[in-house]
Amino acid sequence: MGNYYQPEIETMPREEIRKLQNERLLKQVRHAWEDVPYYRKKMQEKGLTPDDIKSMDDLHKLPFLTKADLREAYPYGLMGKPLKDCVRIQSTSGTTGQRVVAFYTQHDLHLWETMCARAIVAAGGSNESVVQVSYGYGLFTGGPGLNGGSHLVGSLTIPTSSGNTDRQIMFIKDLSATILCCTPSYAAFIGERMKEMGMTPNDIPLKAGIFGAEAWSESMRRDIEATMGIKAYDIYGLTELCGPGVSFECEDQHGMHVNEDYFIPEIIDPETGEVLPEGSTGELVFTTLEKEAFPLIRYRTRDITSLSYEPCPCGRTHVRMSRLKGRTDDMLIIRGVNVFPSQIETVLINQGYPANYQIIVDRVNNTDTLDVRVEMTPEMFTDNLGIVNQRQAKLVEGLRSMLGLTAKVTLVAPKTIVRSEGKAVRVIDNRKI
Amino acid sequence: MSVKQISVFLENRPGCLHEMTKVLADAKIDLRGLSLAETSDFGIVRLIVDDVTGTASTLRDAGFVASMTDVMAVEVPNVPGGLNRVLEILDGAGINVEYMYAILGNKKSDTAYMIFRVNDNAKASSALRSSGVKIMEAEELSAL
Repeated sequence: MGNYYQPEIETMPREEIRKLQNERLLKQVRHAWEDVPYYRKKMQEKGLTPDDIKSMDDLHKLPFLTKADLREAYPYGLMGKPLKDCVRIQSTSGTTGQRVVAFYTQHDLHLWETMCARAIVAAGGSNESVVQVSYGYGLFTGGPGLNGGSHLVGSLTIPTSSGNTDRQIMFIKDLSATILCCTPSYAAFIGERMKEMGMTPNDIPLKAGIFGAEAWSESMRRDIEATMGIKAYDIYGLTELCGPGVSFECEDQHGMHVNEDYFIPEIIDPETGEVLPEGSTGELVFTTLEKEAFPLIRYRTRDITSLSYEPCPCGRTHVRMSRLKGRTDDMLIIRGVNVFPSQIETVLINQGYPANYQIIVDRVNNTDTLDVRVEMTPEMFTDNLGIVNQRQAKLVEGLRSMLGLTAKVTLVAPKTIVRSEGKAVRVIDNRKI
Repeated sequence: MSVKQISVFLENRPGCLHEMTKVLADAKIDLRGLSLAETSDFGIVRLIVDDVTGTASTLRDAGFVASMTDVMAVEVPNVPGGLNRVLEILDGAGINVEYMYAILGNKKSDTAYMIFRVNDNAKASSALRSSGVKIMEAEELSAL
């Protein structure tokens, strides 16, 4: 049994959770119908009214919302409250061309921060803790979310934001930070820097890390845990839904508990949209239950995972989603392992390479091969062959740790990676299957 | 006590080396020395030229990754045991030689010229010098 921020909710019996979800779902659907014309139209197109939704069993009848809807309705089209009731916006970086702007009422902010508080307590946090938030602050949800959660818990909060790694380490050391919150790749980077500075896990006061906002592997977790001498907890969220905290890991580290009092998760077949049986791997879909400003019904995340309703040793009763396997739109399956270009990009950036790469997949003697071509840069080049070889070997090792399979790394001359319409072609799949 | 060497990254595929030599030839750059180290998929060419800065920017403008490194140009007696003597001195001074290669010098047949990439140029130079071995300056190399 662990620590809970809100034991009565986090360990609520399943039938009570279901009852709560049923009540809240009906209200949320009615809210969307009445206050979000965009969604009402979608329901009308399917011949539905809120009266057709009598319980969660009718959820599958409701139309999906997708990123495309968000884009079409940008910026105000999906709002469920007038602007005068909203107190905050957060936004994604829009690097994939799909900027998301989400609105929050005071109530929405409180829900979000409550979820982050649950995550912090699950990672061992309390009012005795010193929580260093090294996620970016600003439009990105990482910093503000964990910052608010940490305040609710009563922890001393160090809002370092991201960057300036040596200063991060100074704060961790001088102010005895016990919990670090940032992206896993930044955690790995901070850990490497600590090692370079000659610090051992004993010199590092940290006890836990809450790392999310990108896909990472179990082996990367173990690496970070060993370097810093901490327990690393995964956390999940999307700006559309609020930000980090939608689900979070407990000390058992077997999947992230979805805050089911605020969301109903479903797993669907990304091709057909059919709801898949319990335990299946597929696309994660969320229905918000308590959102005022930005209610989303059956929102397709494009994230691939599975759900487990098995009881958790930690005592929490909320469903667990497995470690994120990536996104539906760019997943490659290589030797049976799901590989996402974003994971490869993360490794490159961590090791100081620009995100200028190409992935070539082929099949030789019935075995898939993965060749990652990386453009050489002046910063990474030296006259010493041994050092260049070591850097290449480090990339192979970083990829193995991230992906769980061995890739070949080929260093190529600058500007040799084929670009079409100014954008590099990232994946070339030569497999003839 | 050192001269500048230019190192260039090349892919290990047909034509790459020629692409680079063409750039140098078009810019009328005279090579004093050259060495190539390679793995199965890439290579590093090291060049000794007169106009180091100009050559490096010519190569960079042509899209190559090029870096400059301080190396030692050493006059080695062209007699049996000549190189051995130089290495003996470096070894005695605890210097690690990362790589070395011979370069052209056509004025005096009794002398060979070698480039040494070592872990400590200053220490290596003073050890060699105090044993009477000549270290060449850039101007002396150009005059060869």
